[in-house]
Amino acid sequence: MKTETRSEQFDPPSLLGNILRKLHIDIPLFVGLSLIALLSFVILYSAGSQDMDVLIRQAARVALAFVLMTALAHVNPYQFKRYSALLFGLGLLLLLAVLIMGQFGKGAQRWLDLGFFRFQPSEMIKITTPMMVAWYLAEHALPPKPKQLLIAGLLIIVPTLLIAKQPDLGTSLLVASSGAGVLFFAGLSWRFILAICTILTGLTPILWHVMRPYQRDRVLTFLNPEADPLGRGYHIIQSKIAIGSGGIYGKGWLGSTQSELDFLPESSTDFIFAVFAEEFGLFGCVSLLALYLLVISRCLYIATQAQDTYSRLLASSLAFTFFVYVFVNIGMVIGVLPVVGVPLPLISYGGTSVVTLLAGFGILMSIHTHKKFIPHS
Amino acid sequence: MSQIYTLKDKQVENRLFINRIIAALIIILLLTSGLIVRLVYLQIVGHSHYATLAKDNSIKIEPLVPTRGMVYDRKGRVLAENTQSFSLELIPEQIKDLDDTLSRLQKLLNISDEKIEQYQKQRKRQKRFASTPLLMGMSDEEIAKFAVVRPFFPGVDIQASLVRHYPYADLAAHVVGYVGRINEAEMKTLPIAEYRGSSHVGKIGIENTYENELHGKTGYAEIETNVQGRAINTVNSVPPVQGENLYLTLDMDLQKTAYDALGDFNGAVVAIEVKTGGVLVFASRPGFDPNPFVIGIANDAYQALQKSENQPLYNRALRGLYPPGSTMKPFIALAGLEYNAISAEHKIFCPGYYQLPNVSHRYRDWKKGGHGSVNMSDAITQSCDVYFYSLASTLGIDRMHNFLQRFGFGEKSGIDLTGEKAGLMPSREWKRKQRNQAWYPGETLITGIGQGFLQVTPLQLARATATLANKGKVVTPFLVRNAANPDSLEPEQETPQEDLALKPENINKIIAGMVNVIHDAHGTAKSIGKDINYQIAGKTGTAQVFTIKQDAKYNENDIDFKLRDHALFISFAPADDPKIAVAVVMENGGHGGSVAAPIAGQVIKQFLGDNNEN
Repeated sequence: MKTETRSEQFDPPSLLGNILRKLHIDIPLFVGLSLIALLSFVILYSAGSQDMDVLIRQAARVALAFVLMTALAHVNPYQFKRYSALLFGLGLLLLLAVLIMGQFGKGAQRWLDLGFFRFQPSEMIKITTPMMVAWYLAEHALPPKPKQLLIAGLLIIVPTLLIAKQPDLGTSLLVASSGAGVLFFAGLSWRFILAICTILTGLTPILWHVMRPYQRDRVLTFLNPEADPLGRGYHIIQSKIAIGSGGIYGKGWLGSTQSELDFLPESSTDFIFAVFAEEFGLFGCVSLLALYLLVISRCLYIATQAQDTYSRLLASSLAFTFFVYVFVNIGMVIGVLPVVGVPLPLISYGGTSVVTLLAGFGILMSIHTHKKFIPHS
Repeated sequence: MSQIYTLKDKQVENRLFINRIIAALIIILLLTSGLIVRLVYLQIVGHSHYATLAKDNSIKIEPLVPTRGMVYDRKGRVLAENTQSFSLELIPEQIKDLDDTLSRLQKLLNISDEKIEQYQKQRKRQKRFASTPLLMGMSDEEIAKFAVVRPFFPGVDIQASLVRHYPYADLAAHVVGYVGRINEAEMKTLPIAEYRGSSHVGKIGIENTYENELHGKTGYAEIETNVQGRAINTVNSVPPVQGENLYLTLDMDLQKTAYDALGDFNGAVVAIEVKTGGVLVFASRPGFDPNPFVIGIANDAYQALQKSENQPLYNRALRGLYPPGSTMKPFIALAGLEYNAISAEHKIFCPGYYQLPNVSHRYRDWKKGGHGSVNMSDAITQSCDVYFYSLASTLGIDRMHNFLQRFGFGEKSGIDLTGEKAGLMPSREWKRKQRNQAWYPGETLITGIGQGFLQVTPLQLARATATLANKGKVVTPFLVRNAANPDSLEPEQETPQEDLALKPENINKIIAGMVNVIHDAHGTAKSIGKDINYQIAGKTGTAQVFTIKQDAKYNENDIDFKLRDHALFISFAPADDPKIAVAVVMENGGHGGSVAAPIAGQVIKQFLGDNNEN
């Protein structure tokens, strides 16, 4: 059967629309993502001490990520499904390679140096894990049976633990939630979800023992930041001061005093939301959250329109993971979650997460723009 | 799977999936609402509280920078100190028209365009509201000139700070080194917290090797500030730990003697205290003034140093690689005795050349006509090449390599200075690996007289000489001595000495030969042995810079200065109870006995003379 999009048949042609459609780009998603990226430049300029170099570097990365997104949007989703297991296996191997190399090197090792560029296998795992779980579950009837649950659970736990061992708590959390997202959308029974939550809560003391000292510090700091105001609690306290002093309307663009006077560390990376909140206030924060929700809603809509189980599970899980990203970062900056190294998606300074995120959106666009033609009923 | 079964399944799946999407949306909206509630709490309910914290009275953390440790020589003379210096600093955010201000300042104080450019570069890297220096090390006149017109320059001010100063300038520049502004590469590797507030870091020499000790630990003060960011009150402070003072084994009197004695020649002198390994002299000539590097050397001045033919920035004592020439002979002779390859009394006839069996090539002696029949002592005293060609041939390269390596040739001495070169002690394996070639017998011969592939640093020569003087107990050179007890001349810690377990009678025979070099009528360095009541043991060396043709005659006056032989000399004294070992290398100095030996003689006499007075 010929592959055609529905909109090509019925929508009146417009030049830009036509071009975007030919590019397999989903317009609402594209517009939402571009708006967030533009907003990112606006905030980075202020948070990065108005350094144009910072902006140019980030713009180059974002441009590259958009190119990758467009390229992936062209791939037929059938190909993603076909290579899911292979890509997952490859990702795991690279992850092991990094771990083994880390044994010989010093301290944390997350990078694989390929000479011309450095590559972080854990980023690849963020996408290949939901692909793998979706592929595995889609082979069977839904909702998944206990045996399939067990195997899917293993597929999630192995990469999660490998990344947690690097140690990169933030990424392992995102990988786990992307896999768990697939299980959730596959119809994992509520009773089971409740049971797992109870068990996890029961496991907390054990988890405490497994955690590295610095990870424990972060949790303790989260529980009581005032205990160590100049050391580990400094981030959270300063971040709260910055956000709270922003008020309803904020201090205006470039008006952040906390990041300028060096009160707020990591103001361009993980804590950039604090600068945003200080400059644009509650009004800006709610608008930004609304923008994120629009993107997420569009993704969930794409998931409901997907035509096979694999695409559906993958699309919904990617949308869900994106939300987890937003929630964990903002939650940590406003002091309702412990500090884990998760950037504010598409806004924090840094290239790796932008590339992975937009790759995910590329897959979503591919799923949406490669649908087989179905007439209106 | 049947078509109908799948279809039924699909409907169930569809319903289930839509339910889950709705559930997910609800969860997402609930969690987002949670975030918004928290934001409302922070930004509306808590706004006035946080705004007060942020604006009216903020706690600012200011780094308290430690004072860098001083460096002293063995007699307590200052080698590196911190002096008050004044710099002109600008806060761009407080200046209305920066370009106009800069051009007015440029006219007023005669500032070069280069400095302005440098300032612009540095300014871009700074945080906002941070002051950036435009002019450092201001003279009294400049300060006075600016003070008069200061009201017309808002945002520009004179700041006092401590600047590193090296009173001995070029004399010990290579050892003490210098500090310079922290550059971008260093910014990435240095611990940020420790260097918050520090602008300089040790670049070379002791300043670099002992950066951690000299720098100290940065403290901090929590300062309450008002709306304008001015300090009102110090809430709490953790004082800095000042940098450690370092006491070197170096003796600046001896260092000056050696440095001056090198005169216009390029070269190096290293003197080591035999018993401890403490370095007394570490001179490399030409030197350079390290002081301009501290405030940022002008580009053309730096280029001039970089491109100078004499390479003043090059630490010859530590990194200079030279063929050791005949200074290698005592060690080769000792190898012969230790391996029982020859007895000290055995005589070899020297006709002025040496030939390998069945090869027509003649390996020449430096003395045309030869030395006649010589035993080991004669061969060392007169530096007979033929004797050592023959001995090298008997020993073979493998045994020579193994033996010389134990004296530290071909490896770093382990001195507490960064950037040391290991030199080269050739072997069969090395040649196969590096050049993919077999070892030739002729190469064994020239290794026996310290030529060929062999390359040593002056420091290695001094160390090997000290080890020989120490009767085979390996000496490890060091510069910084006991920081806890600066009054004692003891080293920081007694370095465990490896004992090469050489036979004392063998060493004594070698030393006897080396004593004759200075005190025998035929000695190659007899000029320095007069008027002293102790004996010096030594060995001269002349290292070829280029190879002369088989039949050509080496004539010093005919050839270009840069191609003249290097003059070398190793020595220790007193011969019966060695206290000091000295190695001298003079580039293009000609014959070792006539130019290099007197320098070592001066250092030895001054050191032993001083010691006797005490």
